[in-house]
Parts: sequence; C-alpha cells; structure tokens
Amino acid sequence: MRIPEKLVLTAIEAAPKLVKLAARNDENSLTLDGHEPRLHFASGSEANIWLDVDFSTYVNKSHPEIEVQLPTFQPRRGMLNDLCQAAHLCEHLDNLDGFIRPVNIQDGDITEENKDVNKFFASLNNTTKHVMSGLTDLSQLDSVIRMAEIVAGGRLEDNPIISFITCAVKSPLQLVDDTTQKLIEIARRGIPLVMSSSPQGGSTAPITEDGMVAQINAEILCGVALTQLVRKGTPVLYGSVPTRARMDDLNESYGAAEFNQYNVDCVQMARFYGLPCYSTAGVADTKVPGIQASVEKMFSHILVSLSGPHYLHYAFGLLERTNTFCPIQAVLDDAHIEMVKSFLREPNIGPREVSSSLEQVKQVMNSTHKLYVRYVRPKLHAGEITPPYPFESSDMSDEVLLKASRRLAELLSLPVEHLSKDTTKKIYNDIPGLLRRLNIHDQEK
Amino acid sequence: MTNEENIQLLKENIIQGRRDENDEGLEEGMLGQPGAKELTEAAIQAGITPGTIILEGLTAGMNVVGEKYEAKEYFIPDMLASAEATGLAMEILEPHLAKAGVSSKGKVVVATVKGDLHDIGKNIVSLLLKGAGYEVIDLGNDIPPERIVEVVRQENPDFLGLSALLTTTMKMMGETINSLREAGLRDRVKVLVGGAAVSQDFADEIGADGYGTDGFHAVRLVEELRE
Repeated sequence: MRIPEKLVLTAIEAAPKLVKLAARNDENSLTLDGHEPRLHFASGSEANIWLDVDFSTYVNKSHPEIEVQLPTFQPRRGMLNDLCQAAHLCEHLDNLDGFIRPVNIQDGDITEENKDVNKFFASLNNTTKHVMSGLTDLSQLDSVIRMAEIVAGGRLEDNPIISFITCAVKSPLQLVDDTTQKLIEIARRGIPLVMSSSPQGGSTAPITEDGMVAQINAEILCGVALTQLVRKGTPVLYGSVPTRARMDDLNESYGAAEFNQYNVDCVQMARFYGLPCYSTAGVADTKVPGIQASVEKMFSHILVSLSGPHYLHYAFGLLERTNTFCPIQAVLDDAHIEMVKSFLREPNIGPREVSSSLEQVKQVMNSTHKLYVRYVRPKLHAGEITPPYPFESSDMSDEVLLKASRRLAELLSLPVEHLSKDTTKKIYNDIPGLLRRLNIHDQEK
Repeated sequence: MTNEENIQLLKENIIQGRRDENDEGLEEGMLGQPGAKELTEAAIQAGITPGTIILEGLTAGMNVVGEKYEAKEYFIPDMLASAEATGLAMEILEPHLAKAGVSSKGKVVVATVKGDLHDIGKNIVSLLLKGAGYEVIDLGNDIPPERIVEVVRQENPDFLGLSALLTTTMKMMGETINSLREAGLRDRVKVLVGGAAVSQDFADEIGADGYGTDGFHAVRLVEELRE
C-alpha cells in the first residue's frame, strides 16, 4: 500500500499541534505543544517482572568488625497489587509528569477481557497524574472510556485524563489488523493516542541512521494519516521508540549510542512536522539497579532530552531492556531526571539580573575576602540551586541503593488520594469485570 | 527603640546575615532597614555595654544560626553572611572593648603559605573566626616563613592558621613551623593547618597542633585548644 504524499501532508496539517493530556488533579494536566520543546517525563513499558530488593548485612571474614549492607535481588511476576504500588510511587515522584503502567498484571484472575478495566482502575485509583496505556482488548475500549468519564465527571474527549498507546505497525512497514483496528476506534472517539513504532536497527530496520529514520518516519506517519482520515483533528503523538539490536543475541540494546542517535533523529522529524513527540529514554540493559543502570539511563536521558521531545516515556525504573521494573531504580531515576530538568530550566537573564550581577562583582571586588558565597543566598533559599546527589555516602562505602530504598519506603508511606467512595461505587456498578479486591472502600468495611 | 528592641533587632539581623542597611538579607522588605552595623552603633550610643551587645545580640544570633545550620535550614552562604555581619559589629565594638574591660576571645594570625596564591579557604576561616569573636590578622597569600615569624613575634597571637591548596606548597607549612622553632617562638603560638591537600597525618608529621577539615572545623578546633 502506498499512501500519496499529499494525503500524508494533509493529515500532518490536520493533526493538532497542541495536545492536552488532562489529569484527575487538574494541576497535573500537561499541554504538549509541537512547536515548543517543553519536556515531560513519564514511566512506561508493561514489564513482566517486578524486582524486589532486600538488604542483608555481611561481615568481612578477615576483619569481623567490618560490616556492610549489600542488596539481594528477587525478580518475580508482576501483579495487580504491584501496579497499584507503582502508581502510588509515581504519584510521589516529583519529576514524573505522566503515568504509563510500568508492570504487566499477571494475576490468575486477570483475563484478556478484564485486563484493561482493572489496569486503568488500578492506575486511576492510585495516581492523580495523567494515565496512559495500551489497550489489550478492543471490546473493552468503551468500558475504559466510560470509567474515565465517571472519574473526569464529563466527556473524556473534553477532559482526557487517560490516553492510549497504539502500535499499529509491525516493523518493517506492515500494518497489523488488531492494533490498527484499535487505532481506528480510539481515533473515532477523539481520545488522544500515541502512534508508536518500535523498529530495531539491525533486525527489523536498517542499522544506519538514515535508513532507520526513513523507515520509522514512514511507519509513524502512516498511523498519523490513518487517525486523521478516521477523524480529522484527532490528537495524536508522534511515537518514536527506535532501538538497536545487540549483535550477540538480537535483543534490543537501549544503552547503545545508536539508540540515542535514532531517538534524537526522530525527535527532529517530529519537530519538523510540528507534531508533539512521544520519545524514549531511560532504559537500562542490565538486570539490576545500580551503577550500570544509572549510567545507561542517564546517557539517554541527557542526550534525548537535549533534542527537545515533549513526552519522554520509559524514563523510570526500567531494567533488563523493558522486561523488569524496579521501584528502587525508579527512585534513583527520579533524582537523575531532576538533574536533567534543572539543566533544561529556562535561563533567567534580563536587564535586572545583569545589573544585579555587575553590582555583585563591584561589591566583592571592594571586599577584603573576594568571595561570592553570600550572594548565593536568594537563589539557594528559592530552591534554584541544584542540591548535592541525594544518595551520597559520607564515608568510603557505597550506600546509594540502601539510601534509595529508604527513600522508597518514605514515598510509599505517604498517602494517596484514592477515588471517592461514590465514584468507586458508580464505577463498580457501571463497569463489568472489575475485581472486588481493588475496591479499597470494600476493604474498609 | 528601647534597648531590648535594639538588641533583639541586632540578633535578628545576625540571623539574617545583614551587614548594614544596604544588605537585603533573606526576607523581603529588609533593604533600607538598619543592619548589624547601624544597630551596633545605635546600641553603643544608647549606652548598652559591649558585653551585653556581644552576648545577647551577636552570640545569641550566631547560636541560632548554628542551630539552623545543624538542622540543614541554613547552608554555608548563610553562615558566612552571619559571620561577616558579626565580624563587622565586632570591628565597631573593638575600641570600646578595652574600656569596658572586655577582652577578645583570642588573637589569630592567618596566612596562605609561600608559593601559594589560593586564599578562598583562608578567607572563609578568617570570616568565621571573626564571626565567632576572635581578633583576626589576615596576612594574605604567598607569605614567606620569615614574614610569619616577624608577625608572630610582634603580635604575640594565640593561634597561627596556615593554609595551602597545592601539594607542591604544603611543605612550606613544615618550613614555617621550623622557622618558628628556630626563632624560639614555637611554644608561644598554637599552629593550625588546613587546605585541600592537607591531612591529619601531614599535620602530625610537620608538628602542627591541629588540622581543620573546613572552616567550621577550624573554629571548633580553636575553641577546643583555647580551653
């Protein structure tokens, strides 16, 4: 199938350049402007594995007085409770702007038919941030929309507190019936959606930068065109998730330099079209949290952020490519993203600031000690000076993970604003398939 | 303004780290209001004793600053600003101290050693010591041992603080101590050393009386050795 160039260009023209992703708490609503590279960070993937981290005390055999606490890792299958906990955690991560379910729910009583409603309910009930997810079963679309409308108190189209991710294309360049049908039906209802494509350089796409970008751009624009053909003005994000194949096992490599090049290139394409861009960063190839994970994640956080995307997904807690979600790593990522966000802050340089700086220079040069330290105070107390690394140790031990685990416990002890009793009751009355154990008001009884 | 209000305001301005009326401090609307300088002058004029000004205004203010620093509400810029304001007040009080029979907590000579031009650490230590009520004679940087010996002989300080940043210049600390010894002055002054390259081991090796890891530690060290 070949889509005429003119049709694609007309579709790009028709697609909104401004997409609102609303939220249960309106203060958490996001506006993505295709013409303004203002970045938001989101979680992501639907990892099968949830990684618990415990700490044990070890004694040095030669020097029994020396004890260290080291982590041990327990991977296990992700469950509905984990999704609730992930949403709870993400609610309290200061630098997480949007919630995408990071864990696949694999409970025994979760089926293809009830997965979507339970997934969205668990998310909406534990975070007041925007909720985005893929759709497992098209037959559940209207139930999910109805649920979100009960929560939003009106038409979802007007106040889209949820949105969808669709992967209509199977690389290279093939439309898939099932996912394309989902894309069409979501677009028909005017709900924001991500047209996501994830080719793998070296296996399902050329490994070269130009070849990768040419292919993924065609795949994404095909989906964008479809959305606008179905319903002109459907809010759609340019969803670029290009990866690179490892040459030892053909798995994806997110730590590779090419991963970053591909993603930066795609962001440039989206910005060229003026479409809000859903891009990718912050995934580690390693299976465990720590140094390698943070290096791989930070590498892409910095590089991709600098290219100016609008919605950066996969940014929190993902390990072993996108197969594992680790909440402690999500806490570390939050701190690292804070550094990136600080760097990306709009500079505050105006005539007032310039004259104030010159005055400082004058005063310091007239002093005996020639120090600027005292002049830091206004910015320091306004929270405009980046803090030291929050998990650093004061002595020679590496306590980053231990300190992050304490921070995780603190965040999870904070309360979450659950859906009200009335809203929950209405949802349970109207929406079939919800598991009773998710109803916290029932548990209270 | 009553005497109590004057002292209370002085304390508040020390906490705010405001040197004078042109200092904006930390809170809105302070600019143009009297700072540590004006309030100390007013207190002297009102006949408040230097002892009361120091104890109830300056020291009481610095104690609160110390508590805020411990509680991580204040940081080094705040401590330095408050120490600077206190130091300025002490300079104004100085001519009145002897008359009132109040002596300073001690005299400290500080210098960055010969060959080293780095003086940030030394300047911070000077500010903090002044803020803690010590008389500080700051010789500057690149100071040869013979100059230091001369000043120690003339000023008879309680402490000598030597600073060096470079591994290549820190050996001058040892040479300065040797020069003091040769001049027969070593026992008259306690020598403290500090700087990025310096360590406790090095301080022990060259026969210093103490090693300060940072400016605050230096003040604590002086207080301990003074006792």
